[in-house]
Order: sequence, then structure tokens, then C-alpha cells
Amino acid sequence: MRFLLTTEQRAFADSLDAMLTAADTPSVVRDWSRGDQATGRALWRRIAQAGVFALAAPEAYEGVGPLPVELAVAFTELGRHAVPGPLVETVTATVLLTGLDDPGPAKRRVPALVTGESTATVARAGSYALDGDTATTRLSLTADGALRLAPGHGPVRRSLDPARRLTLLLPGGELLAASSCFAHALLWARLATAAQALGVGLALLDRTVAYVRQRTQFGVPTGSFQAVKHRLADAKVALEFARPLVLGAAVTLDPGDVAAAKVTACEAAYATARTALQLHGAIGYTAEYDLSLWLTKARALRTAWGTPGECREVVLSGGGRRS
Amino acid sequence: MDLTLSRADEAFRAEARAWLDAHVPAEPLPSLETEEGFAAHRAWEAELAADRWSVVSWPEEYGGRGADIVRWLVFEEEYYAAGAPGRVGQNGISLLAPTLFTHGTREQRARALPPMATGRTVWAQAWSEPEAGSDLASLTSRAVRADGGWLLSGLKTWSSRAAFADRAFGLFRSEPNTPKPHQGLIYLMFDLRAPGVTVRPIGRLDGKPAFAELFLDEVFVPDEDVVGEPGQGWHIAMSATADERGLTLRSPGRFLAAADRLAALWRERGRDPLARDRVADALIGARAYQLFTYAAASRSAEGERLGPESSLNKVFWSEYDIAVQETALDLLGEEGELAGTDWSESYVFSLAGPIYAGTNEIQRDIIAERLLGLPKGRR
Repeated sequence: MRFLLTTEQRAFADSLDAMLTAADTPSVVRDWSRGDQATGRALWRRIAQAGVFALAAPEAYEGVGPLPVELAVAFTELGRHAVPGPLVETVTATVLLTGLDDPGPAKRRVPALVTGESTATVARAGSYALDGDTATTRLSLTADGALRLAPGHGPVRRSLDPARRLTLLLPGGELLAASSCFAHALLWARLATAAQALGVGLALLDRTVAYVRQRTQFGVPTGSFQAVKHRLADAKVALEFARPLVLGAAVTLDPGDVAAAKVTACEAAYATARTALQLHGAIGYTAEYDLSLWLTKARALRTAWGTPGECREVVLSGGGRRS
Repeated sequence: MDLTLSRADEAFRAEARAWLDAHVPAEPLPSLETEEGFAAHRAWEAELAADRWSVVSWPEEYGGRGADIVRWLVFEEEYYAAGAPGRVGQNGISLLAPTLFTHGTREQRARALPPMATGRTVWAQAWSEPEAGSDLASLTSRAVRADGGWLLSGLKTWSSRAAFADRAFGLFRSEPNTPKPHQGLIYLMFDLRAPGVTVRPIGRLDGKPAFAELFLDEVFVPDEDVVGEPGQGWHIAMSATADERGLTLRSPGRFLAAADRLAALWRERGRDPLARDRVADALIGARAYQLFTYAAASRSAEGERLGPESSLNKVFWSEYDIAVQETALDLLGEEGELAGTDWSESYVFSLAGPIYAGTNEIQRDIIAERLLGLPKGRR
């Protein structure tokens, strides 16, 4: 039993953090939100070069995976920097495709996902696909479990998170497999979303702590007021107890653990967003101020790939647990 | 990242489980906070100790098994899953003993630890005073130098278990007029039946005498019962409270068992959909606390100290515990208000959690100032 990241895993997180910090992700998010994806795609390729999309793909498909712990580590950093695009969906598509009995569809599409040359989105019938208008590969899952290459997409709906564009996928299209193991891919989708939300929450906390240290009212930093401190302390508690759930879920990939991580990380991030908004005051309520990029993402991730209620249902269906 | 236990740890788990299956009383013991219950729990400590299960993490020479922290966690999981009784010796075992291991003398350990392990000596705490609660360093009870020891005078209060305990440990002012209040304090152990000690039990919320006031009038304490250097008491005590808030006061096993019982109650009572989220959150919180503790234990095994991070722990478990008990009482419907049930006993006990061992307001100040780096300000 050693429930700690290795030195290599920490170094991987640090190198992603440094790369994303240097990349000025807020301006990339702004471009992406306006529909200009050039900077976002360039960043995407660098993330791929760092090895992030290889983590979900086995070696037979040019990957290094499956490495769910490293994936959770990476997605925490992607969330910390509010990286836009169908990140979770590309991982989910990779897991879906590489899990098919027939290796053909994965051989044709996964290597390009690993290198970052292409992106993927995936949606169940009737559900929205993130960036369904621009993703290179659009996978749709029908109610009977068949996996198809969607022939196109419906109208684009804007998300509360301006970096997220949602579309329904058109029915029909090339049949890739009559059945697929969506339940397994969903675990990866939820794990990646949970890790991303954790990163979003950590960034919101960091930015808010920095803000209340320098924002002065009544002649002192607002961060010296106990009413302010205690809200931030509660955010810290919530995030620090979400973190081991996310890492634990990556270790076990148990559906109950993954669902617990998803609901807890998303609720911690969302609670931190509420605190961040309140403690910034009016400036935090503006679209122009970069905090908004994380505030709105925290809301969107809460319901992506499983609402809090759905995740709690999974936890309960697993029943009580001995270690 | 590895959550699997070694074969030896699993064997330890099996051994603990087998012993508990054979020994845990079929009927719950009477409440720990009554005279009869206290005696029954003391006898249970002796039964545990007879087979070296009362203090598994201590060295063998003092009655333990030299278990590392992972095995201690395993033992606690099995202990509470088996529905075993609350631990009357907990104050001593989780607060005084770590202090003696760090700051005590060999002679003090040899004298204090074996009877602590068997429950023959049960320890109470003597920290708070009527005017020194969260601001503990402002305490005014005195220790005055005497021939071969110290004379204690003053009033201690909220002393858990003191109504029926044998001895107490705590902080006293040995040097008046120091520049800072946390200087000039002495940490010592004393007999609750010594001349000059008057114990006045205090009824907690449900009336049970769970704690007491200690009136001290020139109580003689020999030098051999001073822990560490006189004047260094604050430092010595704080190293103990860090441990208290850290890993040893509330093991995950306790909450894993409570969450499982809550989930079972919810199923028995028809899976009330209105309580569904709270029951799920109880299961999730127990798992979060378990994994958080595994992470802390792993860091501790590599020589890291927990430090102010233990304040995260304290806030989490104390509020989690209340939420679990409240949910159970709500599920019980009109039976929820009945006194003397296991759930209501746990509920009343849980309500004190955010208050003792450093109030949660103090913990949040520590988190904000020492973990987040926010400026000190008016409290």
C-alpha cells in the first residue's frame, strides 16, 4: 500500500503545468470561444506531444496505456488551465474504439487521436456531443449499443461555458460495431471529467487566494477577514478530500469509486466557483475577467458525463463497502 | 499508486477479524458515559489487552504489536466493522501516549503505558479553563514549585471522561509574567484522587456525565510526573494535538462502518428517495476519508509530518460525523428522537466534534493562514 504519486508522476504534472502556463491558455480559450480554433489546435498538438492522449490507448494503437492514474494527473492540469476542446471525449472515444472486438476501427482512427492530429467527440443517442461541429471523428452510440460514425451534426447550442459548443449528432452513418462496451468507456469519461473539475477547482481557489491577499478594503486585505478566510478554508477542505477520491478511482476504476470521484470533484469545484465569485465581488461577475473561464466550466462539468444524482445512484447501487 | 495490502497485512486483517468475531460482545455495552458503562468498557479494554489488541501500534514491550500505520488502519476497519465497543482509553492512548513516546522518559513510559493499555488506568484531559477555551494559551491554573515537585491550583473544565477516570494530563502555568502567553507552561500528569482534587461531573447535552470540572487546591505532583522540560509545555502539548487532529483520533474504519450501517438502515426503511443523496454522500465521505488517510499514512511512512494539514482532517470528520448521525435519525422517523438508542447516542457524541480538539473555527483559521497563506487578522 503506497497511495502517493511517484516522482515521475509529479514531474509529469509539473511539466504539463509549466507548458500550459507558458501557453497563455486564457487567450486560447477566448479564441476557441469565438470559433477561432487555430491556437487551440496548436495547443492540442502540444498536449498530445506531451503524451496525454497516449495514456488511454494501448501500445497496439500507438499509445502507452491504459494508464488511468497518469490520465487523472494530466486532466487535473488541463482543468487547472481551463484548456478548451473535447478532451474528455477524445479519451472516451479512444477507450471505446480500442475496446471493440474488431481492431479495424481503432487501427484507422486512434493513432491520429494519440498524436493530436485529430480530435473526437462522442455522444449517446439523444445526448449532446461536445464540439460536435468541429471534432474530426464523431462517434454516436445508439440505444441498442451500436457504435456509428455520425454523418453530421445538428444546430450548435452554446453552453454557459463559452468554450463548450454542444450539438446533437445526426442519426445513421457508418456502422463501426454492432455492440460496444460503453460502460467501461463511461468510467474513463467520468474519471477524466472528475480530474478536470478538480483542476478547475484548484485554479479557482488559487486565483481567489491571490486576489483576496491583494484586494484592500477598510485599509486591510480582504483575505484577513475571518468571513473570507473560512469560505476559502471550506473550499480547501472540499478540494483536498476530492483529490484522493479522484486518484483512488484511477487506481481501482471501480464504478462506485469513479462515480464518487465525479460527483465529489464536480461539487467541490462548483462550491469553490461560488466562493470565488463571491469573494471577487463584481469584477468576478464579468465575462471579461479571466476568472469567468473557470467559473463557467465548473458549472458545465457538474452535469457532463453524469449528473450528481446519477453518480450518487451508482454509489448506492454498489452498496456499502468494506475496504 | 497502490491500494493493495501486502499478504502479511491481509493475514493481520484476518487475525484481527477472527479475534473480534470471537470476542465482541453480542449486546452493546451500556453507555460509556455512565458509571456502569464506564466499568464495562474498562473491562473490555482489559480483554483487548490480554491478546494484545488494545494498542496495536505500540511497541511490544508496552503491550502493543509494533504495527505500522497501515496495519493500525486495517485493525480499526475491522474493529468498527465488527461493531466493537467505543474505546474508554482513547484519551490516553491517542493523546498522552504519543506525547510520552516523543517527550517522556523511559521511566515514565514504563510506568504509564502498560496500565493504560489494559484500561487499569484511564486518563482524562485537563486543558480548557473557564476563561481559556479556543485561546488556550491564556490559561491561568498554576503550578508552583515545591520540594520535589509542583503544587497545582486552579480550575480546569470540559475534562472528557474525568467523571470516572483515574488520572489526568494537561497544561499549567509554571512561570508567571512571561512575554508571551504560550511561554512558561508545564505539561504534567496527576492523580484525580490526590488530596486537593475535587471532580465535579458535568452533564452533557443528554445529561450523561461525559466530562467534568476539576477544582485543584495545592495538589502535589512529584517531579517524575512532569513531561519534558518545565516551561516547554505548549510545544509539547501542541505536538500532541497535531496528532489528535491527524491520524489517530478518528480512524476511517469508524466512518466506513457508520456509513455501511446508515446504508443498511436506509434499505430497511424503504429507500426513502428524499434521503437518497445524503446516504450516498455518507458512503462517499467515508471512502474519501479512508483514501485521504491512506495518502497521509503513505506520506507519514516516508517521514513527512502532517502539520497544519491535520486541520483539514478535523473539519472534515467532525462535520461528516454529524451529517451521518442526523441522516440516521431522520430515517428513523419518530423513533429518531428516542434517547438511549445506538444512533441517538452516536448523534449526541458527534455534536461535540466540531467543538473539541480545537474548534472548527480555529481549524479554519489555521487552514486559511498556514495552508493558504492568508494574512493574520482579527478573529
